[in-house]
Amino acid sequence: MRISPNWLREFVDITVEDSRLAEDLTHAGIAVESIVGSGEKTIFEMEITTNRVDAMNHYGVARECSAIYDINLKPITPKLAQGNTQQFPVEIREPELCGRYTARAIRDIRIEKSPRYIAERLLIEDHHAINNVADATNYTLMELGHPTHAFDLDRLEGGKIVVRRAKAGEKLKTLDGVQRELTPDDLVIAAAARPVGLAGIMGGYDTMITADTHNVLIESAWFDPATVRRTARRLGMHTDASHRFERGADWAATTLACDRVAELVLATGGGKLAEYQDCIARNPTHGPIQFDSGEVRRILGLDIPDSEVSRILRRLGFGLERKGRSTSSPPSSSAEVYKVEIPTWRTDVEREIDLIEEVARIHGFNNFANTLPSFSGAVVEQPHERPQQKLRARLLALGYDEAISPTFISNSDSQRFSSAQAIALENPLSDETPLMRNSLLPGMLDMIACNFNRGTSDIRLFELGNVFDGTTQEVNQHRHACFSATGLLDVFSVMQTPRSSDFFDVKGDAENLLALFAIESVDFVAPASNYFHPGRSAKISVGRNVVGELGQLHPDIAAERKFKQDVWLAWLDLDRLYSVPLREPRYERLSRYPSIERDFSLLLDAGMSYERLRQAIAALGIPELRSIEAHELFRGGAVPEGKYSLLLRLTFQSWERTLRDDDVAGWSQQVIAAVNSLGGSLRV
Amino acid sequence: MYSVSKLADFSPAALDSAARELKSALEDEAAAVSGEGEWKALRDRWMARKNGILTQLNDQWLKAAPAPAKRDVGQRVNELKKLVEEHIDSASARISTSGTASRLEQERVDVTLPGTRRKIGIEHPLVRTMNEIIAVFKAMGYSVAEGPEVETDYYNFESLNFPPNHPARDTQDTLIISGQQGKPLRERLLLRTHTSPVQIRTMEKQPPPVRVVVPGRVHRADTADATHSPIFHQVEGLAVDSNITFCDLKGTLDQAAKAMFGSSVRTRFYPSFFPFTEPSADMQISCFKCGGSGRLDGAKCGMCKASGWIEILGSGMVDPNVYGFVGYDAKKYSGFAFGMGVERIAILKYGIDDIQLFYQGDVRFLEQFA
Repeated sequence: MRISPNWLREFVDITVEDSRLAEDLTHAGIAVESIVGSGEKTIFEMEITTNRVDAMNHYGVARECSAIYDINLKPITPKLAQGNTQQFPVEIREPELCGRYTARAIRDIRIEKSPRYIAERLLIEDHHAINNVADATNYTLMELGHPTHAFDLDRLEGGKIVVRRAKAGEKLKTLDGVQRELTPDDLVIAAAARPVGLAGIMGGYDTMITADTHNVLIESAWFDPATVRRTARRLGMHTDASHRFERGADWAATTLACDRVAELVLATGGGKLAEYQDCIARNPTHGPIQFDSGEVRRILGLDIPDSEVSRILRRLGFGLERKGRSTSSPPSSSAEVYKVEIPTWRTDVEREIDLIEEVARIHGFNNFANTLPSFSGAVVEQPHERPQQKLRARLLALGYDEAISPTFISNSDSQRFSSAQAIALENPLSDETPLMRNSLLPGMLDMIACNFNRGTSDIRLFELGNVFDGTTQEVNQHRHACFSATGLLDVFSVMQTPRSSDFFDVKGDAENLLALFAIESVDFVAPASNYFHPGRSAKISVGRNVVGELGQLHPDIAAERKFKQDVWLAWLDLDRLYSVPLREPRYERLSRYPSIERDFSLLLDAGMSYERLRQAIAALGIPELRSIEAHELFRGGAVPEGKYSLLLRLTFQSWERTLRDDDVAGWSQQVIAAVNSLGGSLRV
Repeated sequence: MYSVSKLADFSPAALDSAARELKSALEDEAAAVSGEGEWKALRDRWMARKNGILTQLNDQWLKAAPAPAKRDVGQRVNELKKLVEEHIDSASARISTSGTASRLEQERVDVTLPGTRRKIGIEHPLVRTMNEIIAVFKAMGYSVAEGPEVETDYYNFESLNFPPNHPARDTQDTLIISGQQGKPLRERLLLRTHTSPVQIRTMEKQPPPVRVVVPGRVHRADTADATHSPIFHQVEGLAVDSNITFCDLKGTLDQAAKAMFGSSVRTRFYPSFFPFTEPSADMQISCFKCGGSGRLDGAKCGMCKASGWIEILGSGMVDPNVYGFVGYDAKKYSGFAFGMGVERIAILKYGIDDIQLFYQGDVRFLEQFA
């Protein structure tokens, strides 16, 4: 919306410059976004909040000026000669949807071009002059803010206006030439059997003013905001009129607006006043509210004298009547209780707090002090805050960059990367990605692809985010983590040849993350879901719960996505993981005695897992056995087919004494026996 | 060159003689050592586990000794062992002073070659910004609260004083979960368009005083381009207690702005409109790039478009209608709420020209925030 400060000056005697005026209006909540032009042609580009429909016109802004500068607002009083007192027949069949319908007929007019001053003012809003009648309605809208419409009276069959719901399937060609199909939810202005206007939105094509028009009917009505909004939205229409009716027009302004249009038409097109009607179906305006000026201090924290409070409110059009001393405020306070009449144009003001806001904004927000509240109560941490911080810090320490991917994924990705039922959107942003992500992996792969496409091949990324599943009745949200590594493991160094990430790098990172939690034991069970390489993937189990999976992206999927290198992926279900407490450090007395290492070169069946071997040795229950480490692994060469060789390093240490060779020899025998029982042997 | 000979005679005299022979050989060999390589060879010859002279002594003297002489032989072998270690150590000490200069020269590295930098993960600029904002409010006594990204119409709109069919709903183009048509409006599921529902959820759970800061992801049906994203992040705040005033709102947010953007930053407030606050205020800060002058290096400041001010957040006093939804006594309690866009702040702070960069995981972009 645009405002001409020059036009404003017709209604209020503003003494400040335009630039200052723009600033003062903005500080009062009537935001001037920018100023274009200069001198009399200066135009303010406005940004009026949706609640202030009353300020979406010149007179409304002038009223704000009158409050800001404490100056008089000149009334608008159209001068009409006494016309014919005959009534124009109007019937409102839907009093809820149409509260008032004022109509005035003007006969024997000339349809002409508007005078220059009108045409120029219409240009402020880029409206091009059409004819003196249509222009009069647009001019009045810009001036007063009330939408009006003019019909060619001779084309209104039956000479009567009926405001009713449309019949199902009823059609109306609107002014823009579009044929509209209506429903009973729509309110129409009808003449005889035919709709001639879409109430509050747009008039009909067939009844518009043309060069042949001689007699006109001016409509100035009040329509129910929700009805106008619903119809406008359904038909995808947004007009100056609907914009205002949707937000609440001034019920009391229909007569003024009607008279103002008539005044302009008569001044430019001659003719004479004819029939008139002001049909009132219901009054939607609300009554007085009680206002305790002590509340101004309680909410705003500043003692604004009652004299200032009432000055501001009166300038804005409110009526104040003192009722007595405030009982809620301390006796020392001079606060009073008032009965406040609400001006009909202020549909947004219904409560005491609304009046407080009026006082605050005209007083000026920046004239309030900056203070800090005194507080009671403690800072409470949410249960997942600490584990999340630790997990994130560790992922960063492990060299993964943090990433954020979009929430929406495709049908095929949702089925491929999760068995959970994905949630669909009613109005997706794109047909390709109609679902909410049920896994972080599709987003991760997209980000990896984005990097490949831009020539980056060494990538380590993680994302912490929510995934969604469930039904249209109930949507479940789960915290997940996902991390991925591909390409070279280390950054470039002149001293070393970097190597590529492999399974054990990603597994080691997962182990480092899981080590944050007080988990007794973690099992890596092959294979994982089928989007992983079947031989290079594992489920991560804690007790009976699978808390995640890791492994290499299945080569088929990698090929589909045109990935030319191995991509390692892992995901974790953080809700499950966070249900485990964080690991607390536990001190253990250090032994004063030396430790002894023994290496065992073992020959094992290819099918024998390291984990079984480790468990068998651990099951020996040797208290002095401090650690079991796999050191080297060989296949082929001297190692027979179907076997592999493993160098196992055991460390023994006692807290009580220095171990003797024969202690260790005895335990070594037990270890070898355990290996033998698994079909393995010591390699000689 | 000396080698350990087998002993036939284990008498003390014979042992003395054999020990002397060894000692003299040791002294000669140790004295002859003049470099690192020679010293290593000496050490291995005498001390190697496998076949070193000391090992041989063990095998050929001690193990071969008849039982009565064992004790004597053992003692002598131990003494010789000590002696060998001493000589080898002192030889090492000798050559390390004499050989320092040349050895160190050989070990020289080119210190101008780049260091081997281990990969360290980089925080996402949005999470980093979000955490910075949260830290500011935590230090002011605010707890962190969170809520679901999929909300009901009730929490996202109705309880925040957006009545059904209200035009204010139009400003927040909403993504809706499919299959909601059959439900009453307030139960319909949607993607939250702001973090404000968490205000309601927090107040439902606890009586005043309330002081929370709410980070989170929100969605709106916006077409993605360089300045718009259907996904973005907000940090919301809420403080409710007895005697919280509009002056407190201003003071708190002024303090937070100074903590976030520097102590020289000034703030100003404008009336605005949000259905769930009244009065509502937008906060601007003086431009942190040009210091509020609107000019930078003789040209117009691009950051604030020469206005000297940058809009940072929306705020307001909690609307009494909202208290009605959560059962707080609006006559007794008052409070303020505020919300800011994390993307907007990160974009301003780092001068980022395309919002989409936040969601692409492009390593070249992320690396700039290391």
